[in-house]
This record gives sequence, structure tokens and C-alpha cells, in this order.
Amino acid sequence: MSRRVALEASHAVTEATRMADVDVISAYPITPQTHIPERLAEMVADGELSAAYIPVESEHSAMSACLGAAAIGARTFTATAGQGLELMHEVVYIASSMRYPVVMAVCNRALSAPLSVWGDHSDAMAVRDTGWIQIFCQNSQEAFDLTLWAFRVGEDPKVLFPVMVHLDGFTLSHVTEPVILPEQSEVNRFLPKFQYPFALNPDKPMTHGAFGPPEIYSETKLAQEVAFRNSKEVILRGWKEFGDIFGRYYHPVEEYKTENAKTLLLTMGSFSETAKIVIDKKRDKGEAVGLISLRLWRPFPFEELRQAVENAEILIVFDRCISSGGPGGPVFSEVRSALYDEKERPKIVSFIGGLGGRDMPQKDFEYVIDHGREIAEKRSEELFETVGVRGEVTGIRG
Amino acid sequence: MADELTWRDMEVGNIVTEPGSASFRRTGDWRSQRPVLDKEKCNKCGLCWLYCPEPAFKLLEDGYYEPDLFYCKGCGICAEVCTREAITMTEEEEK
Repeated sequence: MSRRVALEASHAVTEATRMADVDVISAYPITPQTHIPERLAEMVADGELSAAYIPVESEHSAMSACLGAAAIGARTFTATAGQGLELMHEVVYIASSMRYPVVMAVCNRALSAPLSVWGDHSDAMAVRDTGWIQIFCQNSQEAFDLTLWAFRVGEDPKVLFPVMVHLDGFTLSHVTEPVILPEQSEVNRFLPKFQYPFALNPDKPMTHGAFGPPEIYSETKLAQEVAFRNSKEVILRGWKEFGDIFGRYYHPVEEYKTENAKTLLLTMGSFSETAKIVIDKKRDKGEAVGLISLRLWRPFPFEELRQAVENAEILIVFDRCISSGGPGGPVFSEVRSALYDEKERPKIVSFIGGLGGRDMPQKDFEYVIDHGREIAEKRSEELFETVGVRGEVTGIRG
Repeated sequence: MADELTWRDMEVGNIVTEPGSASFRRTGDWRSQRPVLDKEKCNKCGLCWLYCPEPAFKLLEDGYYEPDLFYCKGCGICAEVCTREAITMTEEEEK
């Protein structure tokens, strides 16, 4: 029997990691991810989890230790946030290129300076192109479910890529919500034992991390890219299998009240839940609005996005990150590019807000939808709009 | 060899599944100078063999040491450490 318990999202992640019977954890504590490595260290010390816990002096070392563990075929987990993700940056690329299916929870945090421990998506966007499968969670249940799913997908012999599970710092990581925890037997049915086909073994010597001279570098990277895009099939199958066992189904693009919606708001992460309340209110007033949330960020869900917006006239993309000197918010930029070749596509508007822990109450999402609709209709020349920022920002032109 | 392989032939994660493959790689074409041995001066001490970082020197049956030009990068360490000045670095084009 599954049980319904109150869990902080960070502890939903650690419960999933415990039930996945992870072999090796190496992590360095950083706000707002701290509760994850702390709880896992407790579990290992108390004998609730039989795993090697490797304390390290930095995030760079944490990820490096994870690679070593994954290389011998260990199920491996780490977690970080903000500056920590930046510090491990070079090793983040190496994990995906060497095809080590490490699972990492990232409690999304703004990047310094000014120093901020609070949430936004700047850290996630800075690792956009690192070759990790990346998904965003909206609540504690998803933090549990998607962490479990991350092991299943990343370790699939057809995939062998690391997976990043993004959950918003504080507004999700520190929030306690009811979470349905499954039986261990159900987890075992969903998640087979990890069998890494290239595990280092003294009986059969091989080289991991060899040079890629100019004669083979391009071909090696293209092979990685093709394999990465092909992982989509297993990503979808993983969600289907998850739903069939646990009863909760996930999709690359989550749609909320999108039937006959002329205006769509696009969000990522926990703020989607606030946006849903605003959509409910506007629907009650008879407005044809809906919400789409990008759950799968990499590989980008082109097909699902096209289908989700095909009947919309206006698409408002809400970013929690600035692409400095760029064409708008980073998610907006990708979404617009993904839809560029469509014969009929919605007018797309970029909004930036929720930076460095700035709250986005319902009234701000109402403003984003109302004002977004206005500027889409009059075709504003501004590259992006801001919300919840004191003082009007104008004159940002292409 | 490697330049005939397409992306489809690449190993997952650039993993090398058979050991010793570096011995197939010609590094001698990096060389601009080659070591030339004067057997009159050489006393077969083996310092060149010991110091060669490649290592490209091999011991011959007659007790002399000879660089394998398939691997020798022409760094000149052998000529530098030779106490008898028996090795001279010679520009490749001079042959």
C-alpha cells in the first residue's frame, strides 16, 4: 500500500533516492539544496540507506567523484544549486560526454552578483547546452516521481545520459506538501538494477576519457548528439511505464485548460501552480486563456510544443532569467525559434520576472496575461517586458 | 585509419574498449628535428633511453640505442642529457 505523507520537496527527492537504492552519493551543501545532502547523510549514517557517501571540498569534486562512481557502474546521485552548479560546470559537460547517467537535483537559485541564495532559473539556463536530460518539477510529488524516473531513463542502455531534476529553490525545495510514497516493491518493478555496459573492470581493461583529436572529435560529438535526441523515445516510454505503475502520467509539455484557448501562458517549474490559479479565475470570467508548462527542457520537445500552441493566437512566455544582451528571455528565445518555421504561429511575447527570489503573486500573472495580450495586439517593439520590477523598463529594442 | 570512421563508428562516450591503442598513433610527424647518433662517441650508457619521455628509444642487439621515428617527436632531451655529445639534433629537411 502506498502512503500519503507530508514531505518537504527536498525530502521527496531524498526519499526517491533512498527507494532507488542508490550506491554512491557525493555532494557539497549549498543553500537552498542543503536539506538534500543533509538528509541523505543521515540516512547513510543511520543505516536506512546502504550507500557510500563521499564528502568533498567543492561541487567540482562532487561531480568528479560521481563520474568515478558511475564509471564502475554504481547508481550515483548528487545535488546542487546556483553557484555550486557554476563551480562544477566543466565536469557537468564531462558527465554527459562520457555517458555517465548520474542523477542530479538542482534547487534553482539566482547567480551572483549581487549575492543571492534565492530562486530563479539563471543556474539552469547556464547549463542548457551541457547535454544533460533536464526536467522541471512543479510540486513535491513531482520532485519524488521525477527523481525516481530520472534513474530509470538515464540508466537505460539506449540512453546512458545524466539527468538534471530542477526544482525551484525555497518556493519548492523548502515547501512541505502531501506526497504519495509507493511501496518498495512497486519501485523495484519500475526501476531495474543498473547495469552499465562499459563499467571499468580490471579483468577487461578499457580507457574512459581518452583524447579526441581533430580526426574524431566532430564525429564523436555528432554521435553523442544523435544519441541524445534519440533518448526522447525512452523518456516518453519511461513516463508511460511510470504512469502504468503509479497512476500519475507526465508529458514533455503539460497543458492546463488549453481547450479553445486563444491566449496561452508558458511557464516552467513551481510558479506554474500560481499561474494555474490565475487561469482558473480568468476561465471563470469567460476568458479564453490556458497554460502550458515545459516539463522537458532538454531534449527540447519541439513536436509537443507545436501541437500545444497550434490553435493559439498569442503565446506569452514567462522567463525567470535574463539572457544578457540577447533576444529576450532564454525560454522565449528557444520557443520562438522552435515555432519560426510554422506557417501559422501565435504572436509570441517575452516576459521576465521572478528573479532572485522575487515573488510572483497572482496579480502579477494576471498582469502578464492582460498586458501580454495588449502588446501582442499592438505589436510592441520592445524585445521583452518585465513584471514585478519597480520602475518601467523601456527602449530595449532589437 | 581514424579519418575513415564516420560518426556511426564512434564508441559510446569515446570509450576505448581495447587497451594499447595509443601505440597505433604516429606522433613522429610532429617532429621538425631528428636525433642522429654518432656511434664513435656513444658509450651505450642508456641515458637517452632513460630520459626519452615518449619513450621512443629502443635497445638494439649490439647494445646501442635507437629512436623509433614513428614515435619520436624531436624534443631533443636525448641530445641534451647525452654526456658524450653523441646525439645531434638535425633539421628534418637536411636529412
